[in-house]
Amino acid sequence: MATNYNTEVSKGIDWVIVWLYALLVAIGILCIFMVEYKPGVDVLSTFLGGKTNYSKQFFFFCLSLVIATFILLSDSKLFTAFANLFYAFGIVLMLATFVIGKDIKGSRSWIPIGGGFNLQPAELCKIFAALALAKFLARQETDFTKLKSQLIAAAIALVPAVLAIGQNETGVALVYFSFFIVMYREGLPPALLIIGFSFGVLVVATLLLNPNVLAIALTVIAGIIIYVLRKQIKRSKNLLVAIIGIWVICVGIQRFAVPYIFNNVFQCYQSTRIYSMVGKEYDCSQNRSNKKRANDKEKAAKKPDDYNVRQSKIAIGSGGLTGKGFLKGTQTRGKYVPEQGTDFIFTSLGEAFGLSGCVAFLGIYLFLLFRIITIAERQRSTFSRVYAYSVASIIFFHIVVNVCMTVGLCPVIGIPLPLISYGGLSLVDFTILIFIMIRLDADRQMVLR
Amino acid sequence: MSVFNQSRSGVIKIIFGIIFIIIIGQLVNLQVLSKKYKIEADNNAIYRRIIYPDRGIIFDRKRRAILENTITYDLVVTPNETKGTDTLGICNLLNIDTAAYRKRMKDLIFKNGSVRPSVFEPLLTPEMYAKLYENMYKFPGFILSDRSVRTYPYNTGAAVLGYTSEVDTAFLRRHKDEGYESGDYVGLTGLERSYEKVLMGKRGVKRFIRDNKGRIQGPFEKGEFDTTAVAGKNLYSSIDVELQKLGEKLMTNKVGSIVAIDPRTGGILCMISAPTYDPNYLTGNQRKKHINEMLLDPRLPFNNRAVGTKYSPGSTFKTVSGIIGLTEGVINEQTTISCSGYFPGCGTGKPKCLDKGTFNFIDAVAHSDNTYFSTVFKKLLEQPKYGGPDSGLTVFNKYVTSFGMGQKLGIDVPSEKRGNLPTSSFYKKKNGGKFYACNLISNAIGQGEVETTMLQLANVMAIIANKGWYYTPHIIDSIENGDEFNLLDNFKIKHFSDKRIPESAFLAVQNGMQAVVDYGTGVRSRIPDIVMCGKTGTVENYDHGVKQQDHSFFGAFAPKQNPQIAIAVICENAGQGAWAAAPIASLMVEKYLKDTIRGNERQAMLKEFENKNLIPAKMRKQIAIMDSIKQAREARLLELEREKEALDTLEEDAFDDTLINNPKPRPIAPKPANNNKKVLTTSAAILTDERKNFLKKNAKA
Repeated sequence: MATNYNTEVSKGIDWVIVWLYALLVAIGILCIFMVEYKPGVDVLSTFLGGKTNYSKQFFFFCLSLVIATFILLSDSKLFTAFANLFYAFGIVLMLATFVIGKDIKGSRSWIPIGGGFNLQPAELCKIFAALALAKFLARQETDFTKLKSQLIAAAIALVPAVLAIGQNETGVALVYFSFFIVMYREGLPPALLIIGFSFGVLVVATLLLNPNVLAIALTVIAGIIIYVLRKQIKRSKNLLVAIIGIWVICVGIQRFAVPYIFNNVFQCYQSTRIYSMVGKEYDCSQNRSNKKRANDKEKAAKKPDDYNVRQSKIAIGSGGLTGKGFLKGTQTRGKYVPEQGTDFIFTSLGEAFGLSGCVAFLGIYLFLLFRIITIAERQRSTFSRVYAYSVASIIFFHIVVNVCMTVGLCPVIGIPLPLISYGGLSLVDFTILIFIMIRLDADRQMVLR
Repeated sequence: MSVFNQSRSGVIKIIFGIIFIIIIGQLVNLQVLSKKYKIEADNNAIYRRIIYPDRGIIFDRKRRAILENTITYDLVVTPNETKGTDTLGICNLLNIDTAAYRKRMKDLIFKNGSVRPSVFEPLLTPEMYAKLYENMYKFPGFILSDRSVRTYPYNTGAAVLGYTSEVDTAFLRRHKDEGYESGDYVGLTGLERSYEKVLMGKRGVKRFIRDNKGRIQGPFEKGEFDTTAVAGKNLYSSIDVELQKLGEKLMTNKVGSIVAIDPRTGGILCMISAPTYDPNYLTGNQRKKHINEMLLDPRLPFNNRAVGTKYSPGSTFKTVSGIIGLTEGVINEQTTISCSGYFPGCGTGKPKCLDKGTFNFIDAVAHSDNTYFSTVFKKLLEQPKYGGPDSGLTVFNKYVTSFGMGQKLGIDVPSEKRGNLPTSSFYKKKNGGKFYACNLISNAIGQGEVETTMLQLANVMAIIANKGWYYTPHIIDSIENGDEFNLLDNFKIKHFSDKRIPESAFLAVQNGMQAVVDYGTGVRSRIPDIVMCGKTGTVENYDHGVKQQDHSFFGAFAPKQNPQIAIAVICENAGQGAWAAAPIASLMVEKYLKDTIRGNERQAMLKEFENKNLIPAKMRKQIAIMDSIKQAREARLLELEREKEALDTLEEDAFDDTLINNPKPRPIAPKPANNNKKVLTTSAAILTDERKNFLKKNAKA
């Protein structure tokens, strides 16, 4: 009887993903151990003592396994049935944080749940948003080629993002943009991606170049295009109008929109981080937050904001080809990198194991992502597929933003490295995300709505 | 629809792949292509602690250490660990007030941070160390850390031995690749400088890992890259420390120099530059103050007068011109020349001679007859075979050069001067293209433009003693475990004076010099049962055109058979050679050869010269001016102090009138014995004693 039951539960489970999951969590605990390690400490007793972070992470891993088991034991219909309800619950929780939220590190996005633990609804809401999006796209009546459906899908993804920004959690909010990858897969016109990409290039160019130089460059590019396409333009005047229109928009963005956003939408520290990433200094006196309280001069003059990134780059860069070896990272042992256990966990790996270790580690991640896409593509039901793509997109986005941040390719945004960074909630969060997908995949022969 | 969009899964995979490749590209850039991060990480995390080896010890000829190391203690504090320290207690022990304590603490935290140890009070005195040591348990955060400093057990040889000093940026720039770092001590003067390479040893480096606050976390790589310190090599010198001490004693309250050479080896037996000072005066924690004090002294105690000052050699040069005259056949030992009071050859009535009469060569040397040697010199330059007095001078100079004059001898003490040996073109320029022997006739008696250092003069005496050869004078004979930098090679080459000089010429001069001591000008310097050969010199000199008291010169060697010591003495502005320099030289020679000064008469002479004050008049004047300025300043300070005290005690109305009746005695000179943080028995800088005596005399007068 028991064996029967077992086989029934484990039937259809994709063990590759499960093993990858376990491997990554193990690497994560190892990384936290490297960060926390002090010579001359009894490793086993501290590991089981629950006092150190690696020990805590280990216990959270145990908790995650329990949760994972529960998810695997549950019925996949549960997730389709309650998807919208979960989503609504998540939104309510996020709204509730505005009232009962606790201030941690400047962002009011945590709800204390007793026992010293805190809950961040913005994190949890990713799962709910993924489920809700899957539910919406899987509806029979949804025609994703229609603009209306696309807008509703975007709204499902972005409402939690807006709330997160309201809670001063820009990093978490950005994650919700990863749902556009899912939507692209489900038929969002590729032009949107191209436009989005061009917009990104334009913003970076605006930061890097003198406004006038960039304006001239844009004009020259427009002129060249008009010259190249002069024959087609003769045939249709609309093309010329389109080109000029695009040119006007581009110049408008670089002249007015970008400076406006940096000075009036972003906080001073955010603008500074983005500028420091491209190697420039941001003049905080132009910022709205500073104009409001001009007397608060000292804050603007604190130590350079790129200290974290510099130390992080030193840690990774000093690893060299093969790294300094396990527990031999001087940057790690000297605690030079702030937040090394959480957001900058990648540095400990990069320092200890060097380029080879990093490539191997990223390879595991990429393998996991490709595996999830493979799983997504073998689903019969749209719901499962969309959900799996959401999982891949969320994990991908986390990895890219986090690793790019540590190697200095993008500004410092406080989001964790999935399954690696220290943080019980984050680990549980990703466990739930992944194991719901495994559960759905186990029932891939079913058509879920 | 899903089928229609299936190709997009591939696109998404490609996007994922591309972005991962971009990340890996950046990783390659950071980890492989860019080298700076590795260096920066090391700069961050690796703390190199230099382990200083003991510097080498310098021994005298009888293996007595004259410059060695001793341990002193620094009081070191880690500011953030001082919670609960008995601040008042430590202030009392260090004789500072709590305000000073707080200020020092603040400065240290500003300079070195609060988690790293910094030196709170360097170079503690033994008493202070003892007091602190007993009470350390009251002062958490403070520790006593030892360090090695130089000490001069015989308090002697300051100018020769030299001192070490912390390196400055200019030095670091000059010695970029030699591994010095700021905070290191290097030999700045004397032997400490010449033999820096050997004495310094090899520093060890210990590497530690430190954290982001600079706290030491433990050894780096278990000390695999650490190197151990190798102590500096010991040096064995030819100095005779007793002779050196006697020389310094005899030169107390005099300005001048003594150099003694062992003619057989070229080893320097003693080198005194007066005024001298106790070298330990420059090692304590008052060192800066003391250095400044001495830099202001008009007698220039830092000038090593044995090698760094040029003098006209005076009549001592007659030995050389005599030898050349004999060699060139201008005269022989039997040649007699008479003097009626002056040299008639040039029609100027100069130079004058002191003893009238007719002299043969030996008596001319013995009585230092100016006419005799002027005649010889004039005849020599005007010898027809040279074809003119200017080429005559060239021949003469060639001889003189072979005696080591007019050039650096290459002794192992820094800042040696060349002296001066003017050429005929110099005189031609001076006299409008013409050249007559009479223009430089005073060179014959060492009074013209010819200048030597005392070292050169002592070396000339050694050459005469050896009858024609010498080794380059040097202080260090050998280096422990071999001379790896070939510093001593030059001292092993035997040099010869001009080979044309026959032994008979040397013998004649030796006989003359013996006569000087036996019945000539230097008769006061006769030593019972030692046959000494010497030559007095009385050198006219001018300060800014104003004639000063003559310099007193004496050059000698002894014993005549198998000479063991060659010596040159100068007492600046002390009158005739026979008055000061000759007796001092004779006392030195006796001490060296017989190990003691024998007989009451000689002992009395020793006492007399120890106590004689022969400081040149112009220097006395300058010292007096300086002292009066100082006195005025101190009086002013005392007044201020009194005013302050008066204010403080105003309420109690207890005015301390003892201060007015018995004003605080003016500190005549700083008593370094109190400041000096050493367990040294003897006094303090000789300087200050001198000054005290001098002031006493002034008071009496």
